[in-house]
Amino acid sequence: MSVIQVSGISKRYGRTVALDDVSFEVEQGEIFGLIGPNGAGKTTAMECLEGIRVPDRGAISVLGVDPWRGLRALQHRIGVQLQEAQLQKRIKVGEAVRFWASLYPRHMDGDQLLEQLGLGDRTHVWFMSLSGGQKQRLFIALALINDPEVVFLDELTTGLDPQARRAIWELVRGIRQRGKTVVLTTHMMEEAEKLCDRVAIVERGRVIDVDTPARLVARHCPNRTVLVTTDDPSAEARFRVLPQVDEVSRAESVITVRGRDEVVTAVIQCVSQHRIHVTGFHTEMPTLEDVFLTLTGHRIRN
Amino acid sequence: MLKGLWKLTWLEIKIFLREPLGVIGSIVIPAVLFLALGRIVTSRPVRFSNRLTDFVMVGLPVFVSVMIAISTALSLVTIMAIYREGGILKRLRATPLRPHTILAAHVMVKLFMTLVTLAIVMAVGARYYPVTVDARFVSFAGALLFSTLSILGMGFLIASLAPSGRFAQPLGSLILYPMIGLSGLFVPVEEMPDAMQRIASALPLTYAVSLLRGAWLGDAWSLHMGDIGVLTVVFIACSALSARLFRWQ
Ligand SMILES: Nc1ncnc2c1ncn2[C@@H]1O[C@H](COP(=O)(O)OP(=O)(O)OP(=O)(O)O)[C@@H](O)[C@H]1O
Ligand SMILES: [Mg+2]
Repeated sequence: MSVIQVSGISKRYGRTVALDDVSFEVEQGEIFGLIGPNGAGKTTAMECLEGIRVPDRGAISVLGVDPWRGLRALQHRIGVQLQEAQLQKRIKVGEAVRFWASLYPRHMDGDQLLEQLGLGDRTHVWFMSLSGGQKQRLFIALALINDPEVVFLDELTTGLDPQARRAIWELVRGIRQRGKTVVLTTHMMEEAEKLCDRVAIVERGRVIDVDTPARLVARHCPNRTVLVTTDDPSAEARFRVLPQVDEVSRAESVITVRGRDEVVTAVIQCVSQHRIHVTGFHTEMPTLEDVFLTLTGHRIRN
Repeated sequence: MLKGLWKLTWLEIKIFLREPLGVIGSIVIPAVLFLALGRIVTSRPVRFSNRLTDFVMVGLPVFVSVMIAISTALSLVTIMAIYREGGILKRLRATPLRPHTILAAHVMVKLFMTLVTLAIVMAVGARYYPVTVDARFVSFAGALLFSTLSILGMGFLIASLAPSGRFAQPLGSLILYPMIGLSGLFVPVEEMPDAMQRIASALPLTYAVSLLRGAWLGDAWSLHMGDIGVLTVVFIACSALSARLFRWQ
């Protein structure tokens, strides 16, 4: 069942085309990622879904509601984390959560939520003295306070260290576990790969492709690389004649074998059949990063 | 959403009071100014000319009140700029709060601060201007709140027009402070040259000063319907314009 349907939305700011005929659907209970480089249009798309911007053309349905026209009704059912939006410097963590809760007729227990997000001991601290990761966790708390059905998280982990980022990933998975749908944006491919059930690759206002990370990789980058470390002088030649292999090269004792996805099995069988003595074996899978490179011809920055 | 309005107002009052510079600027400075001026004026056993006496007994409290109103409006302009640039306005707007509730809460905070400041200033200056909480003081406080509301309207308009946060405060000062000069506080409007009179009568502050002066002297509000009318129109016009021009991000 899809909870969000986006069909053919476009949005311009003056001469900048931020979104150009964008369509995708988000399923109930999944973590859906919009990925793409800076300025690709992720935030614009997200804000159209949240009902705080209106597309010039196209239609959006979130939980069966047009977000722009039905914002009042929708606001109680969605949770929103905005990119780079701060809070009052001197608001206390507990105050913020209690205030946000008071704005919704149906809401969760703020203190309990803070406890769950690891902010239980920070309730009396001013916003300005929180660390980056703590601020982001507070924003998650505010996005979850009304127990929403769909949660929008825009660039939740930008600027966080790897450890804090992983902790946030765990929290987002926890949100999914409660049966909620999560839509997030990121320009970190690794994050999209580890966290998202499905992703839409956004580039210059267009959605280039939508699917699970694994299927995107399989579709656009079916190649695998196998690195075999061996001193067997016959190995290189034996790999070269395998039908699944496209390319073999050698540096010292490391042989690099490239080929389509069957190449890994082929190399393993070849090694065992010819009793090649191997001291190291390593496969390199293509990543979303490679998918992006293949699709757009350039690397995503950051 | 009256509940939301009250909650946000109270929250913002608490946050404002935690900001040392804001509190010093809006409460301590007017109080010290009032005290210092009062002291200078009363410590000299010089015989004042009538005009000077009038200024000391009437003009000075009105002047300090107008300063309170203007610094309140400037503080509003600054806060709006900071909140806009920090994305705080945008974040609040993504809640069920109505846009006008968010702005109205800031007006309420400012009116509250004006009242508190006035009370403190009067308490501090009680030695020179024996005022008690009587009908006259209540009327004066009401006049100040009314004038402040109108000036806050101008503040919102400035906040809507200022190209960026850094310009907001200087732009506001540049527009609001010079108005004091022609408001009739120092030279009565009737005694100004024609051209200046015309400018003065176009400035909202002139009517605020007239209302405040009247209230301080114990006039009934019915004598100042003209002032009240102009201040109301200014507030409504500025609010309507800023409602169209206000940028949330
Ligand atoms: N309010 C605005 N006015 C004018 N142009 C805008 C506005 N908001 C966004 N843009 C432009 O629209 C394009 C898409 O911006 P958007 O913020 O949606 O990108 P993004 O994918 O979220 O980027 P980032 O990763 O940097 O957050 C950019 O070229 C941006 O400069
Ligand atoms: Mg963005």
